[in-house]
Amino acid sequence: MYYIQPHYHGISRTTDDYERMAQAGVVAVAEPSFWAGFDRRYPGTFIDYFRQISEFEPTRAALYGIRHFCWVAVNPKESENIALSREVMAAMPGFFDKPTVLGIGEIGLNKNTRNEMIIFQEQMEMALKHRQLVLIHTPHLRDKLKGTILTLDLLRELRADPDRVWIDHVEEHTIKPVLDAGFWAGMTLYPQTKMSPRRAADMLELYGLDRLLVNSSADWGPSSPFTLQECAAEYRQRGHSEQELLDVFHNNPARFLGQNPKFSIRPIQMAQGSIA
Amino acid sequence: MTDRSAVLDHYYLDCRCMVLELAAALDRHDRAPAAPSGAQHADDRLALLHQAIQILAVPSAQPDRAARILQLLSDPVG
Repeated sequence: MYYIQPHYHGISRTTDDYERMAQAGVVAVAEPSFWAGFDRRYPGTFIDYFRQISEFEPTRAALYGIRHFCWVAVNPKESENIALSREVMAAMPGFFDKPTVLGIGEIGLNKNTRNEMIIFQEQMEMALKHRQLVLIHTPHLRDKLKGTILTLDLLRELRADPDRVWIDHVEEHTIKPVLDAGFWAGMTLYPQTKMSPRRAADMLELYGLDRLLVNSSADWGPSSPFTLQECAAEYRQRGHSEQELLDVFHNNPARFLGQNPKFSIRPIQMAQGSIA
Repeated sequence: MTDRSAVLDHYYLDCRCMVLELAAALDRHDRAPAAPSGAQHADDRLALLHQAIQILAVPSAQPDRAARILQLLSDPVG
């Protein structure tokens, strides 16, 4: 079984993660730009962070045969600071041509504030102008429903191409409007709180496999990259085929991320007569 | 001793997650095809879960919900 881990924050993790993920079948990870646990004060701090995830992390992952890709963005939480965000955004296009940068993400909303909306819109406009893939974070907990509706309204207003936009952290109350609008929907698994592997398996059964991504986040908080394998085990235990597992955990990320030609991993079709 | 607000601060997200897991499991049950007739045992277990949820939902004079649910889920004594 092969996995692509489409949402993984390697800078928060030890190298042991890469070794164990490689042993567990992970062939590639994609690292969105995110909040480091504290609000940064200088644009240069973001720019060095972008260098770290676009230059250094690929070398660390490569030691274990894992390909590492990344996204650049001002994350939703720090987008509250409009002046700082705009200074960082001015430097972002310089990263778009780097060999492992896939697009702009994760952008979007955290507390659904006016400032967050302003920077979200400006980063979306930048993505459209530069023809970049987009990864959108939706708020957690009580802010998620409203934040998802605001997100869909903005995308509709900007006429964003749903094929090229992934809206992340959906749950039972937000997955349907995202899929109905034609966007890719991501489910982020946690060992405790938020979405669980079992509930994600429910969503796969309810909504089918088209345009659904499963990821395990893996950041500096309580999290684990192996919730992905837990979800696969749950899905397999319910009687789904190995091809379906490949479609969910390898091929769907390959299809979405592969819209950027830098991501050259292609979907896998099992040979006729191989294990069901 | 930790005050009630601090208890909620510490356990709210865990409880939120457990309630969602319970809801998702009951949804999963309801979506599944009906069991063959005669599978009364499964229905008994569902009824027990519903009774346990009632114990959770009703305010209690004593903080003894866990013990009451375990008694509910125990074989009769004697």
